[in-house]
Amino acid sequence: MSGPAGLPRLLLGIGRRALTLEENAALHGELHGRDRPERLAAEVGRSGLGGCGGAGFPTEAKLRSVARAGGRPVVVVNGCESEPASRKDRLLLERLPHLVLDGALTAARIVGSRTIIVAVEEQASRAADAVALAVAERPELARRGFVARVVGVAGGYLSGQDTALVAALGGAPARPSLTPPYPSERGVGRRPTFVSNVETHAHLALIARHGSGWFRELGSAEGPGSRLVTVAGAVAQPGVVEGENGSPLAPLLAATGGAGEPLRALLVGGYGGTWVQPEYPGPAIGRGVGIVQALPMSACPVAEVARVTAWLAGESAGQCGPCVHGLGSIADALAELTAAGDVSGAYRRVQRWCEMITGRGACAHPDGAARFVSSALCVFAEEFDDHARHGRCEACLRRPVLPLPSKELLAA
Amino acid sequence: MTRTRLLLDPTACTAHGLCAELLPERIVLDDWGYPIIDGGPLPGELEAAARRAAKSCPTLALRLARERR
Amino acid sequence: MILASTVVGPSTDWYLTRATGIVALVLLSGNVALGVLDVSRVSSPRWPRFVVDGLHRTVALLSVAFLLAHILTSVLDSFAPIGPLDAVIPFHSRYRPLWLGLGAVAFDLTIAVVITSVARERLGYRTWRAVHWLAYASWPVALLHGLGSGSDTREHWLLAINAVCVLVVLGAVAARALQCWSVAPRAAAIGVAGAVAFAGGVLIWLPDGPLGHDWAKRAGTPTTLLAPRPATGVARR
Repeated sequence: MSGPAGLPRLLLGIGRRALTLEENAALHGELHGRDRPERLAAEVGRSGLGGCGGAGFPTEAKLRSVARAGGRPVVVVNGCESEPASRKDRLLLERLPHLVLDGALTAARIVGSRTIIVAVEEQASRAADAVALAVAERPELARRGFVARVVGVAGGYLSGQDTALVAALGGAPARPSLTPPYPSERGVGRRPTFVSNVETHAHLALIARHGSGWFRELGSAEGPGSRLVTVAGAVAQPGVVEGENGSPLAPLLAATGGAGEPLRALLVGGYGGTWVQPEYPGPAIGRGVGIVQALPMSACPVAEVARVTAWLAGESAGQCGPCVHGLGSIADALAELTAAGDVSGAYRRVQRWCEMITGRGACAHPDGAARFVSSALCVFAEEFDDHARHGRCEACLRRPVLPLPSKELLAA
Repeated sequence: MTRTRLLLDPTACTAHGLCAELLPERIVLDDWGYPIIDGGPLPGELEAAARRAAKSCPTLALRLARERR
Repeated sequence: MILASTVVGPSTDWYLTRATGIVALVLLSGNVALGVLDVSRVSSPRWPRFVVDGLHRTVALLSVAFLLAHILTSVLDSFAPIGPLDAVIPFHSRYRPLWLGLGAVAFDLTIAVVITSVARERLGYRTWRAVHWLAYASWPVALLHGLGSGSDTREHWLLAINAVCVLVVLGAVAARALQCWSVAPRAAAIGVAGAVAFAGGVLIWLPDGPLGHDWAKRAGTPTTLLAPRPATGVARR
């Protein structure tokens, strides 16, 4: 098997509106429904594809564990893109819904499922409509006995966490649960469930057509293929770009028109990710690098980090003591540091607490928040020191730069 | 040889603190009263105390898991 | 003075059943307070949490032990016609069916609490907790059973013991309600109101009830067992 050389791959042919079924087929070729599940699974395994939702779990292994579990498996396309600055998943759903559905069908074929659920946040109506229309364009799905539907899930930072999503799809509050049991053993309706990110499904659609050899033509041995990255913040043309896995970030930033103004730092991996210096080559494109936010020099990093951390504390599911109390305490200490300086040793307490909460929740939320804060303490050491001595700076008074979901939007 | 280790369900734990009283060798409380568990394999002499700690947990958040080496 | 013969009068078991019943009630009342201390996370360096919790579990077992002795001796005793089934099937006995039946209700609730506690790890925390609330219900039932079916109710010392039991439980319920006020104000208010209403109701009922005339007959003691009214001070029969 072979396919088109170079980039773009996922974003090939992307336009201003959703591609139709015919356009999708013309662009990528037909998806043969005749491949044996075992052969498809082996191809996915050889491709080295890993999850594109942040954790990067090997996709073949996940598919196989769902297939092994038997029962009546469910395939879930996780479109709950709750990282506020991320756009890649919604972009795929809005403009390339058929590609995503092809991937879901491939996964369904491998695990032996006839149920496909595309989960999106309630307010992502454009994405939901686009997928619903795409399903309607494929009446053969129903004829072949498939049930494919779009489900809106109440938004929230944790709504995309796989066990929380499974709970929400079952009508319960979107709260993570302790694993094991994993969704692959017991998921939606207690059935084995393959939950994977939108982008992962899109890659599956292409691997099923062009094969693992083609997939590996780009990228490195450990991190093959291509990946989508949302570039946001102080760049000239923020948007979603596709890059080669393992390649450096700098060309991506250049692709978005470069920095619009002098940069203070880059945030890689969203609000559960890591701050890096802008000149530093930084992490390469790959797992955990689905989003890059550029923080301009004009922003106050201390105030920004304090504000986002307070939001992260509020987004806790409220189940685990270290997360609820830890994030709350960290947020309060950062607020104190920002406004009043380090009157009571807030800086040291924050460092201590970040370590204290890592690995002690039912999900990775406290870990991500701790990473976000502790990398900030490291990269912005000077600015934090300045605030510790003097409290607020002039930049603190400017409008915040890092995006957070607007309350009005959520209430609508 | 089977070894046991301590497993905590953080969603069930409500910081009663009995476990830390009964097994201070492996459990300490954090700044908010929640247990920090050393999840490594338990030596034989601590197993009885660990079992007692798990049984005494008011919310059954702490349990002993068996693993084969 | 009436000389009671062992054939037609009360036996050792009859005394034992009353004694063990009273002790069981005292232990149960104290344990309600210990349970509140436990859930309120009361502790000190000399009374760590595991001790308070352990004490609650141990006193519970002790009260159940006395409860079992109370049931056994009342069944064994030949004075009152109480069979083993009467201990678990409420209102089944020929002796003061209502008041003894309440004892059976209290025992059934206790059995549920004990079984779920023993099988806690298998049943899971939520099931255990739901059933454990029945422990609160078993106390007023047990108290009424004691007041209604016990033959010592009129005695001053037992009235004093009962009063102390009521005060201890009222205090425990009030303390628990105070603690829960911020989280569940309605439930707390209902708990306190219920407890106070119950205590008040018992106080109002006592003079016309067990402390009134002819209670043994009104409570349903079989007529063959009723002590004859001494008309001239000499026992008939």
